[in-house]
Amino acid sequence: MSEYLVDIKNERLSFFTPAGEVKALNDVSIHLNQGEVLGIVGESGSGKSVTAYSLMGLTAHPGKLIGGTIEFNGHQIHEMSEQEFRKIRGNEVSIIFQDPMTSLNPVFTIGNQIEEVILLHTDKDKKQAHERAVELLTLVGINEPEKRLKQYPHELSGGMRQRVMIAIALACEPKLLIADEPTTALDVTIQAQILELMMELKDKLGMAIIMITHDLGIVASMCEKIAVMYGGRIIEYGTTDEIFYEPKHEYTKGLLKSIPRLDAEEHERLVPIEGTPIDLLNPPKGCPFAPRCESCMKICLREMPPVTTFGDIHYTQCWMNQKAQMEGGATNE
Amino acid sequence: MLKYIVKRIGLAIVTIWAVATLTYFLINMVPGGPFLSEKAVSPQALAALEAKYGLDKPLWEQYVTYMTDALHGDFGDSLKQRGRTVTSIIATKFPVSAKLGGTAVIVSLLVGVPLGCAAAMNRGKALDNIISVVATCGIAVPSFVICTVLMYFLGVHLNLLPTFGLTSWKHYIMPVISLAFYPTAYIMRLMRSSMLDVLGQDYMRTARAKGLSQKVSIFKHALRNAILPVVTYVGPMLAYTLTGSFVVEKIFTIPGLGGEFIGSITTRDYTVIMGTTIFLAALMVVMNVVVDIVYKIIDPRIKLK
Repeated sequence: MSEYLVDIKNERLSFFTPAGEVKALNDVSIHLNQGEVLGIVGESGSGKSVTAYSLMGLTAHPGKLIGGTIEFNGHQIHEMSEQEFRKIRGNEVSIIFQDPMTSLNPVFTIGNQIEEVILLHTDKDKKQAHERAVELLTLVGINEPEKRLKQYPHELSGGMRQRVMIAIALACEPKLLIADEPTTALDVTIQAQILELMMELKDKLGMAIIMITHDLGIVASMCEKIAVMYGGRIIEYGTTDEIFYEPKHEYTKGLLKSIPRLDAEEHERLVPIEGTPIDLLNPPKGCPFAPRCESCMKICLREMPPVTTFGDIHYTQCWMNQKAQMEGGATNE
Repeated sequence: MLKYIVKRIGLAIVTIWAVATLTYFLINMVPGGPFLSEKAVSPQALAALEAKYGLDKPLWEQYVTYMTDALHGDFGDSLKQRGRTVTSIIATKFPVSAKLGGTAVIVSLLVGVPLGCAAAMNRGKALDNIISVVATCGIAVPSFVICTVLMYFLGVHLNLLPTFGLTSWKHYIMPVISLAFYPTAYIMRLMRSSMLDVLGQDYMRTARAKGLSQKVSIFKHALRNAILPVVTYVGPMLAYTLTGSFVVEKIFTIPGLGGEFIGSITTRDYTVIMGTTIFLAALMVVMNVVVDIVYKIIDPRIKLK
């Protein structure tokens, strides 16, 4: 059994579509302790969501795990059946989705949708489930919980609905909360409120959080560790400080350059990363980022770079770093 | 809600009046009349008959008289079925058709909804393909073909079922199948496409992430959202089916209302044409209100104004 709450080792996952095998995850390894917050960043299609969904068995058909092991809270996830998954979903591991407008069923009351998950995973009767639902709404900062429970999703605002989603996710006090871009669909002030609420609840309940986002601002303020994903691989992994202050991979550096800054000079342009993400149907032989990389070398196109480690947990997969290390340990600053 | 119902009743009256007026003038524009036949009728007899039913008066006067009587619940006597009022024709024949049609609607729902769901859940697999083929056939094959095929094999060849009349449950089987065939096929297709749409919705992913079994997520979360198009279709369909089908009633010799719709037109039985048309229009309007209310019950987002 793993010492970690979440321990993903060399996960490889593909989607078998009519067009061919889409290699969504290639050799992804992640571990997470109880109460830790991990941020997974990357652009669309980089495998952030798939990594997290595979923890809950939500990638079924046409997705298939073709290699590696996943352990979570003592469960061997990679060996679990759909039936076993049902026992941990919403119970030991919960998820909050991107769009609270469409994630709640429009034809059932809020109360019904919260109580449903309580009744499913606990021995509570209807009355106790109702009390728990009131408690949960209070916990996520919704006033007049009794009244809200009788309302339908369309009667609530976006921020309120995301709070309800959080209440549903927390109903059974999960060990791990997966937040899949929880604030993308909300406006900025509501975003801040929701993130603050999540951090507050994390401290109160002691759960671990996997935060999937492409907003670097969010990870900087919330996460202890960051995994940067590109083309179905973790191309850099480290603590938040390491990623922000000592980025090693060219892609991470590019990402950081593309963040708008308040103290920027007038008319100063953002630096985008040129090109488009790779096609996972026909992944290149070498480094997935090579075609877009400014410092691309010949070897980058031929072979996947090995892992270069710095410090305790910080690692990257980039030939530039291999080269620098071989030339005398200096980093490529 | 009350305001809505009052408003709908007001609208219903206008609708029915418009249908009645239009029908009244249209049938009178068609050449010919109820008392013309191949056998020569003497001019005196014709004049006497027309005078008896008030057909000799100007059309406007006839219309006003008819409408005034209708408002008092008197839809007149049949011009061709001697001694019977239109009301009594509808009162005796509608229950026969309604019983048959009602059974057919229930059958089509009980078969169409589950099969449509099954097709959606097995999208692209053998079951889906089989259901799609059956549904296409059901929509494409006209009911008189189904009636005759059923009658030939089950009734005549195998001698399993009676071929005419409506006296035992056995008599119901073939007409109900014939009547239910098209709506079943239609409901299957509606259900399949709306179920596919719902299955791809975010809240279905939420249901799964909660740990709900497939059974619960389908029956609780998906079905209620996916059934709305079927409700829309079933409302007016119910009005048509309850008032009977000319073809099915003729083939199986059933004394239902369906025959009257066509029969009254060929015989120019003006009062019966008017009566059955107003009856169908009223039923249709009622069904539409019922559909709206059922909609509101199923989907709380819908506001009735």
